[in-house]
Amino acid sequence: MSTRLAKGGRLIDRSLSYDFTFNGKGLRGFAGDTLAAAMLANDQMLMGRSFKYHRPRSVVACGPEEPNALVNLGEDARLEPNQRATTTALFDGLVASSQNHWPSLEFDVGAINAKLSAFLPAGFYYKTFMFPRAFWKHIFEPIIRQSAGLGKAPNQRDADRYEHTYAFCDLLVIGGGVAGLRAALVAGQAGLRVILLEQNVHFGGRAVVDSTVDGSLIDGVSAHDWVEKTLSALAKLANVTVQNRTTGAGVYDHGYVLADERVADHTPGDGRPKQRLWRIRAGRILTATGAIERPLAFAGNDLPGVLLAAALRDYVLNYGVTLGDRTVIVTNNDDAYRTALALVDAGLSVPAILDARPEANGDLPNAARAKGIRVETGRAIAKVKGGKRVTGVSVCLQAGEGAVLEEIACDAVAMSGGWSPVVHLFSHCGGKLIWQEDGAFFKPDAARPPITHDGSAMVLAAGAANGALLASECLADADAAVLMAVKLARAKTKASKTPTVTSPSEGKMAPVWIMPQGAGLDLRAKMWLDYQNDVKVSDVQLAAREGFESVEHTKRYTTLGMATDQGKLSNINGLAILADALGEHIPAVGTTTFRPPYTPVTIGALAGEARGDIFQPLRRTPMHDWHESAGAYFEPVGLWRRPYCYPKGQETHEASVAREVLNTRNGLGLLDASTLGKIIVKGPDAGRFLDMLYTGVMSSLPIGKCRYGLMCNENGFLSDDGVVARIDEETWLCHTTSGGADRIHAHMEDWLQCEWWDWQVYTANVTEQYAQVAVVGPKARALLEKLGGMDVSQDRLPFMQWADGTLGGFPVRVYRISFSGELSYEIALPSSYGLTFWEACIAAGAEFGVMPYGTEALHIMRAEKGFIMIGDETDGTVIPQDLNMAWAISKKKTDYLGKRGQERSFLADPERWTLVGLETLDGSVIPDGAYVVAEGVNPNGQRNVQGRVTSTYFSPTLKCGIAMGLLARGSARMGEIVELPVLNGAPIKAKVVNQIFYDKEGAKANG
Amino acid sequence: MANSVKKSAKVAVAAQNLTPRTALGGAKFKGFVSVTEAAALGMISLRAKSDVAGLTLAIKAAVGVELPTSGQILTQAGKAVAWMSPDEYLLIMPYAEVTGCLAQLRANLAGRHSLAVDVSDARAVFDVTGPKADQVLSKLCPVDFAALGPNQLRRTRTAQVAAAIWREGTGLRLVCFRSVAGYVMGLLTHSAQSGAEIR
Repeated sequence: MSTRLAKGGRLIDRSLSYDFTFNGKGLRGFAGDTLAAAMLANDQMLMGRSFKYHRPRSVVACGPEEPNALVNLGEDARLEPNQRATTTALFDGLVASSQNHWPSLEFDVGAINAKLSAFLPAGFYYKTFMFPRAFWKHIFEPIIRQSAGLGKAPNQRDADRYEHTYAFCDLLVIGGGVAGLRAALVAGQAGLRVILLEQNVHFGGRAVVDSTVDGSLIDGVSAHDWVEKTLSALAKLANVTVQNRTTGAGVYDHGYVLADERVADHTPGDGRPKQRLWRIRAGRILTATGAIERPLAFAGNDLPGVLLAAALRDYVLNYGVTLGDRTVIVTNNDDAYRTALALVDAGLSVPAILDARPEANGDLPNAARAKGIRVETGRAIAKVKGGKRVTGVSVCLQAGEGAVLEEIACDAVAMSGGWSPVVHLFSHCGGKLIWQEDGAFFKPDAARPPITHDGSAMVLAAGAANGALLASECLADADAAVLMAVKLARAKTKASKTPTVTSPSEGKMAPVWIMPQGAGLDLRAKMWLDYQNDVKVSDVQLAAREGFESVEHTKRYTTLGMATDQGKLSNINGLAILADALGEHIPAVGTTTFRPPYTPVTIGALAGEARGDIFQPLRRTPMHDWHESAGAYFEPVGLWRRPYCYPKGQETHEASVAREVLNTRNGLGLLDASTLGKIIVKGPDAGRFLDMLYTGVMSSLPIGKCRYGLMCNENGFLSDDGVVARIDEETWLCHTTSGGADRIHAHMEDWLQCEWWDWQVYTANVTEQYAQVAVVGPKARALLEKLGGMDVSQDRLPFMQWADGTLGGFPVRVYRISFSGELSYEIALPSSYGLTFWEACIAAGAEFGVMPYGTEALHIMRAEKGFIMIGDETDGTVIPQDLNMAWAISKKKTDYLGKRGQERSFLADPERWTLVGLETLDGSVIPDGAYVVAEGVNPNGQRNVQGRVTSTYFSPTLKCGIAMGLLARGSARMGEIVELPVLNGAPIKAKVVNQIFYDKEGAKANG
Repeated sequence: MANSVKKSAKVAVAAQNLTPRTALGGAKFKGFVSVTEAAALGMISLRAKSDVAGLTLAIKAAVGVELPTSGQILTQAGKAVAWMSPDEYLLIMPYAEVTGCLAQLRANLAGRHSLAVDVSDARAVFDVTGPKADQVLSKLCPVDFAALGPNQLRRTRTAQVAAAIWREGTGLRLVCFRSVAGYVMGLLTHSAQSGAEIR
């Protein structure tokens, strides 16, 4: 049984205990524990179930590479699925539950899959779930959806908050082991701005644990003391920032790195942001990311109690926890002997060390023998015995086929298949790897690193991450890398000797990809490669036989490496099996592509602050709060929020809109028009410029007057419309649609900067400088006269003119323009007075029955007048001629944007659909998006169409439905009855009419 | 903006007290730094090439400082001018002085190709003050604050909107478009909450 040892545990504080629950069971651990260590201390070996076969799972590792010990952490608004118990810091009150089983972790019905494993090998879903086809929707798909995933998806809003931070440095060091600490110190002392990131709480990596066992020293002191000294020295350097709990997640172009800081994962609800995403721009990056141990592939290597050798000594030394009294070690290298020494020093039993190599005579094997530990070379594990946990091993010859030589009873098996440098961050942005035969690992190829803007290496690797696995090589390698980084930064290092390391020498490892090397199929079908997705040696061999020769295909066919651990323990073992199956060398097979993030990053951290009220930059006019208090129902116009209508009491929106339309046409309405674009265009060439941008002539517009204009793009299609006002000799003010303001300003600047760069024209986007209030209706003039100030009479300010003055004491510019067809004044004034002016209008307008009206009333009134709307009557394929607006196109101009485009044959085609009004015979409202059908069907069997509706409303003024639409040869078909099919019911019949439904002469706006 | 004005003989609504309202009415938040919406600030956007005759004198007359070069903001007794682009400057002064300053600028640059417009009301201004002001903005703006010296103005973005920032007094001043003042105040509040210090 797994248990807490009476003594030991470098990282725990035995005087401070924490209570936590797992599957509702109350347990206790210590401050400093990880959840995994605390569960082991409580003999909670069973931690989860694997994905496909639902096999019982316990820890294999002690860190972020853990594939098995995944829990649902927390509850409700703090629930996080798939959290690794090995990286979850224990805190008081922690709640965790296991995943992927029913009804319980101990008794899981899904384990039946394991019995059916012969029918569920890799790729089985490509061969099953095919027939009968009818079963897909109601049987296969629900089954697959039900069994997909591991943890529980949260169904409440995340209660925590997150943020980002940008950071800049000359050198980013990722990894706070001895190599990373050394590099950060050298670079910091050379004057570089350095940021050092360490994913764990504590620094020092493997060295601090291993030197406890093997007595190695750095500059004459223990690794622990050397790390403390180095951290103190770093703390004194103002140009060095040291961050723990921060994982380097991804490397991108030009030195951009994302890192995830787990600020308050271990203190939930303390008011701090839970996580912070670092967005770092580094001059150069140094990856000192260490190495990860590889499992060995022997039958039963997935049973709870079988784990990586270094992980076991980490549990013993860091947390004072062991998986059992008796541990058999199985290895192909010297490093695993450290675990044997650690166990024996802790008073535990190591019945045997099974070394697959023919000989083991290095310092560490000899030290083990000296402690009386039995060492057997040339030996392997044929099979692990046990069901939910290890009970023993069957021993065989590594060179053989698995004939059992002896049985050894034990509670745990610590395995080591060698070490793989962590090359992910080096590879993310194009760094290439090279295979090192004598360590059987891929390491960064110094000749082909990812490169930055000047062709130099963007990422340098150091230490174990660079293949310098041994303590004796590691620091020298770090110095070589940081010297290069400092040199590339054109700085100078301070003279300092590489620290001297005394440590045991290690003999060569021997690659062992299958144990024993001649194992038959029934043993190979139980040799696990990917613990989470249940991929075995036999599956990869099957993939090779079925023709999946590329490692990328094998990965996807078998799902090897596709689980949440991203193949950290399975990739190399898997591709070695593939290489062997194909008769290739391992480097020829290669690795799959490494992609960010290195370990999962929660979506909250990626979103940062962008949620709730600050999810998007909503734009509000100066009168927004007034609209809100008045009960306005808002609609989005781009990122603006504009009132759609102002329902009173229990009014429906339809009733509100109808009231607003009628009140405006018969009395006095007020519209917040502040969102409309206002662009000043000035200069000696401004007139010439606007003549190119508009279809009409703007250069001839007299000072004080207004002219409606259309803008097309180069292809001839209508892009925007608005009223232009001539302000003075060299100055025009162009109104644009609300959604078009920024776009048209950019369009103007684009042409001025890139094409007509020698024309003297300046633009200024003053959209937000002015609030704009439309005062509309027969009583509009009366309101303004009551406010008092400038002369707004018909004589002084007729239709399509503007004037500056004051109204009610406010400094205003008044435009006589109308989108409603009523008597209308649009009043512009500085935004800082917008709200006060609006309130003054409401107060003064009370006697005239003033009511605010929203965008829907605005749209209906313009449609009643047959005015087009950009975005309704236009869709990027419509030209002014289609909308009966050839009158807005100057025949005198030799050129304007879109002129040549419109001369192309299909835009000059008389068969094009043109704008008409549509009046239903029964007065109903045609649905949005309806098509006008024609006789017959097209070659696809679809009904022929000859038109479509562009705008459709119920008109309160006319008390019937009105619509505008585009119809083939529309203007020649006045009076014709056409048909528009609807989803439910008989097709609607409508008469083709003139697009102007109300006040055809236009008398009301002119008054 | 006053041009021809004809007083109406009819009863006029009493002239309003012309106090300019800022976008958020002076919103404040105190976390590990203080965030305050500044009072109305006068701003004029001036488009002109740097070699326009009389430009240096016109700017001197308007705000009392020299012509800034790329990335600079030059301040003098509550007024300033900032370089915004190769042909754009931002002049800063008390809100009440804008009308007069604008008229004077236009007069001084008459006949030279230029454009001067009042943009005081188009913006919202925030002051982030305290020793850790840099930390708050480093969460929102991709700017290397360690390299942002005095007399430097950076045009950048704050989360999803455009912003200009510079050092002012004991903190940083941020200018954004008026319509997104609520969003920016939300960003600053979120980033300045106590407990969210980076260091």
